[in-house]
Amino acid sequence: MQGVLQQVISGIATGGIFASLALALVLIYNAMGLVNFAQGEMAMLATFVAFTLIDHGMSYWIAFPLTLVIAFAGGILIERIVIRPVERAPVLTMVIVTLGLATLVNGLAGFIFGYVPRSFPSPFSVQTVDILGAFVSYRDLGVIAVSAVVLLAIYLLLQRTTVGLTLRAAAHHPEASRLLGVQVSWMLALGWGLASAVGAVSGIMAAPILLLEPNMMQTIIIYAFAAAVLGGIESPLGAVVGGVIVGVTVNLAGTYLPFVGGDLQLAVALAIIVGVLIIKPNGLFGRPTVRRV
Amino acid sequence: MTQIGRRFAAVAAILFTLAACGGSATPTAQTDVGITSNSILLGNTIALSGAAAAYGTIANASNAYFTYINNTQGGVNGRKITYKILDDVYNPANTVPLTKQLVEQDQVFAMFGGLGTQAQTSVRDYLNTKKVPQLFVATGATTFMGDFASHPYTIGWQPPYQGEARIYAKDVLANHAGAKLGVLYQNDDYGQDYLKGLTDGLGSSASMIVDKQSYDVTAASVASQLSTLKGKGADTLFLFTTPSFTIKALVTVTALHWEPTIYLNSVSNPQVYMGIAAKNGAALKNVTSVGYLKDPTDPQWASDAGMKLYKEVIANCSTCNVNDGFNIYGVAVAYTMVGVLKKAGSNMTRKNVMDIAGSQLSETNPFLLPGVVVKTTSSDHFPITQEQVITWNGTGWTLKGTLIDERGTIK
Amino acid sequence: MLQRIRTAPPRYWLVVVVILFFVGWPSVISSFQTSEWSQAIILAIAIMGLNILVGYSGQLSLGHGAFMALGAYTSAILAHRYKMDYLVTIPIAGLLTGLVGFLFGVPALRLSPLYLALATFALAVVTPSLIKRPAELTGGVQGISLVPPDPPAFAGDTFAALTGTVMTSDQWIYYVTLAYALLLFWLAWNLVRHRSGRAMRAIRDGEVAAAASGVNIAGYKTLAFGISALYAGVAGSLFGMATSFVSPDTFPVSLSIQLLVGAVVGGLASIPGPLVGGIFAYFLPIESNQWVPTQTWIPSQIASTVVKAGPAVSYGVVLILIMIFAPNGIVGLVTTGYTRLRRRLRGAADREAGQMPPDPQTIS
Repeated sequence: MQGVLQQVISGIATGGIFASLALALVLIYNAMGLVNFAQGEMAMLATFVAFTLIDHGMSYWIAFPLTLVIAFAGGILIERIVIRPVERAPVLTMVIVTLGLATLVNGLAGFIFGYVPRSFPSPFSVQTVDILGAFVSYRDLGVIAVSAVVLLAIYLLLQRTTVGLTLRAAAHHPEASRLLGVQVSWMLALGWGLASAVGAVSGIMAAPILLLEPNMMQTIIIYAFAAAVLGGIESPLGAVVGGVIVGVTVNLAGTYLPFVGGDLQLAVALAIIVGVLIIKPNGLFGRPTVRRV
Repeated sequence: MTQIGRRFAAVAAILFTLAACGGSATPTAQTDVGITSNSILLGNTIALSGAAAAYGTIANASNAYFTYINNTQGGVNGRKITYKILDDVYNPANTVPLTKQLVEQDQVFAMFGGLGTQAQTSVRDYLNTKKVPQLFVATGATTFMGDFASHPYTIGWQPPYQGEARIYAKDVLANHAGAKLGVLYQNDDYGQDYLKGLTDGLGSSASMIVDKQSYDVTAASVASQLSTLKGKGADTLFLFTTPSFTIKALVTVTALHWEPTIYLNSVSNPQVYMGIAAKNGAALKNVTSVGYLKDPTDPQWASDAGMKLYKEVIANCSTCNVNDGFNIYGVAVAYTMVGVLKKAGSNMTRKNVMDIAGSQLSETNPFLLPGVVVKTTSSDHFPITQEQVITWNGTGWTLKGTLIDERGTIK
Repeated sequence: MLQRIRTAPPRYWLVVVVILFFVGWPSVISSFQTSEWSQAIILAIAIMGLNILVGYSGQLSLGHGAFMALGAYTSAILAHRYKMDYLVTIPIAGLLTGLVGFLFGVPALRLSPLYLALATFALAVVTPSLIKRPAELTGGVQGISLVPPDPPAFAGDTFAALTGTVMTSDQWIYYVTLAYALLLFWLAWNLVRHRSGRAMRAIRDGEVAAAASGVNIAGYKTLAFGISALYAGVAGSLFGMATSFVSPDTFPVSLSIQLLVGAVVGGLASIPGPLVGGIFAYFLPIESNQWVPTQTWIPSQIASTVVKAGPAVSYGVVLILIMIFAPNGIVGLVTTGYTRLRRRLRGAADREAGQMPPDPQTIS
């Protein structure tokens, strides 16, 4: 019994990391109607920026917000330079561009920073909490807590502010929004900036656990996809819930299903993606979309 | 054949011959492809970018040693060494064409220091068929040393993974009889080779292993596997894991409030990795490993002649971190390479060099622990088989006991 | 017959020239360079398959590396374990992979382009670990080593008679690959010209409209998947033959990205595109790593940056630039350029005759 509980608790902990990156994916989807394949790599790059600042003597508590600002600006910049020219292109083009971006950013980070893993500071201590005999560290809890805060912020932004409403309107009904005077293009840029900042938070929180290296987010993004798809690609709450479920499922499947085993954890995530998309494509919290001719 | 056809064939033949020529020296009895009166051309494929790029510095370190030899001794017997290093991104699909290029187009004398078990396996048959020496591959996979009979043009260098794991088995049987062993291993040749060595080394006591858990490099965390091992009652943990996962495992073990005796493998034991683990909360109690190289961060070697030489040599490489254990590895293996070339003297044929490397090696290496001998004979083709047990003392590794030799134990 | 040859459009002559070029090429380059070109043509075959799926039927797959792996391993296992002649295994591998692809196409029907991209991307990342699992069958991480095939007597004799040199194994492999490429490209050309091709393009350009017009969406989409996988399977099988080794790490996610780069750069929804794309995708990383530093006209800072950064950066930059500036790839650029040139040359005549410029095939 205790074994199962530990698996679940550890799964929730890793799930927190998936959730934090999934939030960025959800935000981008809300702004653009597409997933950004480069989200994980952008998050990793932002974390390296933070690392460089801290390495040069800046305090963590200044570097953190400063990195968010840089990430926000960077996201807007990338959108203006790379995405804007293909804004109205079909899905295929956008996917390819974001894939190209992912490859580019990953290669760049490797080239600039090298591939040796580094440690990254965390405001949370390494001590652990005992929950009915199962252990989880404050750092893992910290990831979940910060994700919850970010979730709240995104929810408030999207559902309770005019900016959020405009953002979503520009994504869903660009022509109608233009008629109403909305700068659709800049809404998209804003979405990218925000998603980039959220990704930076994810990277900074996850790096102490995952170790900072260029390939840090390369497979995490797949788990994050699974989380976002499971929760409903438009729903921030879905991203967090999805993340936790993915983390727990991966652990339980790996431990208790003999044909899966510990080395096929990623395959479990793939199975979740495919399963959800076939059975309930809108995920747990998504709303069905209507396809217009 | 028609007139046109014959002309076409003639032109084609001329062009073909011109293309194939490439300016290689015609081999005489004492030299071979890739050798000129004043140069030796060695080739290599290694991961310089991509997931395994952290190992890429090995080739640069080896090159630093060649540069040192070229500058201070004018090369080997008047021939300067040129080392052509190509990036295969750790993917055998790249290793094959790049190796073919080095052999057929660049006309290298030999391949030296190739990295990666799958990568080097992919070109092993080709190099052996073409009788191009595949020297001192940078992997401890036992097959590169154990299969010399079927692949006489291939030789490894570092202690075989199986040998290292046998030493752990010996240590466990001697000091922790009755222990319950848990193994966390990477699901590739690396992890599986270690596991085999441990199981073989335990022999009839192999039932001491209560569970073994594997993981893939795409895993986000190994907490699941470690909790299972803990749950099965293991009090001794073997980490046959690559550095990044070793660090995460050490941290997770402490987080799970588990204090097993830990054995971790030599690839992951550089001090810098242990430091990262400690910073992230790993308790690092009762950690054992083995070593055969002098650790640049170990203060006991500060005034050692070999370590001083290493520091002088590594300055030739602008991108090499002097404290990186991979770099002293690169320099050490290059030292052996140069030794082989020196021993070949004026008989610089591929066959002679391969014979020396595969069956006539006998050297002491200033970069290896005192007492370690690099040796091959006509019946034993494992160059290095001695390692010393080391234990973590909180800030560094302490050498324990004496060198243990696994020569002759691996079939 | 003679009449048809005389009135054939210049494009057909270009094809003949290209074919002759590839047939004669190995006689002027070294055996090693021939093996490189084999690899490029193999990529071209796989990219042609990807193109049928992406360019012609509008379904996005980022996981074609997985299909290549399936084809390669099918051949390797049949040749190595069951001692079959490697050449016989190639069509078997292709058909088996095609069947699997067809079955993949069924659940794929339910996925929107974005989700299909996501799912196939995840598949590409998972492929190496899936190969490692059934170690008994696949050889696990040790991989499977294959013996390079020797040229059979008829081929060796012909080659020797024509060029005066002995045919190497690499050259034989090249000709086998070329033969398959010619066959498969010809099949693809026929496919897109006829009904199935039109149906697929209709689906790509507007699924709802196509359905309304009575096109069997499900049938054609799954067919496209199957055919596309067949091509990738054949390419994978040839790949195993050309490298003489298959292992899990030979099929990483970067292979799928490489195929996509080739497809896009060459030009989606075109027949010559994949050939250009294959050549580009294969030679870019090699040239950027080795050729660039030897060019003295490139400033050393830029040269060393390009080399150090590795192929990933070059791929990423190229993908982005092509999608922004030349979404129809190189072939698209050439076709548009040629059309514009022709229009300018013919100018007056066309305007008088009231002819509209031909519609370039696009994906948008």
